[in-house]
Amino acid sequence: MLRAIYDWVDERLDITPLWRDVADHEVPEHVNPAHHFSAFIYCFGGLTFFVVVIQILSGMFLAMYYVPDIVNAHPSVNYLQNELAMGAIVRGMHHWGASVAIVMLFLHTLRVFFTGSYKHPREFNWVVGMLIFFVMLGLGFTGYLLPWDNKAYFATKVGVEIAASVPVIGPYIATFLQGGDIVGAQTLARFFALHVFFLPAALLGLLGAHFILIRRQGISGPL
Amino acid sequence: MAHNPDGNQKQVHYVGDSRVRADRPKLYPPDYSEFPGKSEAFFPDFLLKEWMVAAVFLVGFMTLVMAEEPPLGELADPTNTSFLPVPDWYFLFLYQLLKYKWASGPFVVIGTVILPGIAFTALLLAPWLDRSKERRPLKRPVATGIMIVSLISVAALTWAAEVEHEKQMESNPGETPENTKVIAQDEEGYRIYQKNACIKCHGDQLQGLNGPSLLGIGNRMKGEHKMTAEDIIKIIDEGRGAMPAGMFQGSEQEKKILAEWLMKQKQK
Repeated sequence: MLRAIYDWVDERLDITPLWRDVADHEVPEHVNPAHHFSAFIYCFGGLTFFVVVIQILSGMFLAMYYVPDIVNAHPSVNYLQNELAMGAIVRGMHHWGASVAIVMLFLHTLRVFFTGSYKHPREFNWVVGMLIFFVMLGLGFTGYLLPWDNKAYFATKVGVEIAASVPVIGPYIATFLQGGDIVGAQTLARFFALHVFFLPAALLGLLGAHFILIRRQGISGPL
Repeated sequence: MAHNPDGNQKQVHYVGDSRVRADRPKLYPPDYSEFPGKSEAFFPDFLLKEWMVAAVFLVGFMTLVMAEEPPLGELADPTNTSFLPVPDWYFLFLYQLLKYKWASGPFVVIGTVILPGIAFTALLLAPWLDRSKERRPLKRPVATGIMIVSLISVAALTWAAEVEHEKQMESNPGETPENTKVIAQDEEGYRIYQKNACIKCHGDQLQGLNGPSLLGIGNRMKGEHKMTAEDIIKIIDEGRGAMPAGMFQGSEQEKKILAEWLMKQKQK
């Protein structure tokens, strides 16, 4: 039955090459922890992606309850954390996952750096990876404001003040981040949009590029 | 592809009217046969192992999640002047940089633009700065050395920021103390606290609800000196931040008892 459905679809859309391309690639011995335990350092990239998936899923559930305005933001977070069933777990996954994602991303970057894997012909994939790093830091910075507690508010205020002290373009960056002259209602709405729409879109695009490049070029050979 | 002016190159054929090339080269993965050892197919053999790694990782991660509840502070209050701002830990090194004399004040551009700019540009352009064919870390000492020095500096800056923040926190109120037991709960003071509106915002265990926690209020600082019962009475009378003035309904005598009882809350 399933076979027949698959064949019916495959006959029309030729989907076999799509997944066979992902499925059939060889994994060399030097990156396989089953053969060399030290090869676990090659898992960091995949685990980073795993944490990103956790972040996206837990974030989607948080978005069902979170209200991005200065009156309701804090009470809605308080509600989902203290009253909603499993709310503290889902928020915990998103909160701690943010730190774990940065840690894994950092470890993955160090692995690529110290194994010299960014060298010819993989220069471009390194650049894409660094852009992913910046987008992740941006997600961390914008997400930090959303609970709208004192910690969030004053950290963002300081962050914006630091940005404003940059010569020439500083005031423009500050206005862009704040959406006005102060950290306030506009800032929260803006950070929410950046955190939930703009930056994830950029992240998914960059991740797609990252994975297509690694499939094209293969993983770097043994040292 | 559509432009083929000299006609020498092989004509590209498309399938039907789509843009899929008829002679599209297949995306065969690179051959690892030149490397010694046992390659295996990604699917299903290696994927199964990856899932096992992910499962172990997930167990560790969920243990962390369940062990530590994510913090949620008090509602943001822009008029709160005593709050010590602190960024998330992975920004601390940048934050700390700006506290040094040579990277702040008139030299702030060093801390905000020049040093981070150099570091991030160098990272972004690493493949073009380190162009040798050699990949082993020990065979390219300059790249490895610079990276290790940077890592040590980032770690040291983060450490310094943390130490400094701890020190500032000690001389500042705000954080809820470890011990959350109400002191002298059977006294008159608690009864007055309970009878008035205090309990609605500060909680029946002084844990703080809409208002801040009052645990350890007896240790709090007000500027340079320790907070006194008079300071508390002043706050009760005049309000503070989101707390309105004149919430206390009892007599002056009761207010004094309440303030003195609150001063006993010296939880650490």
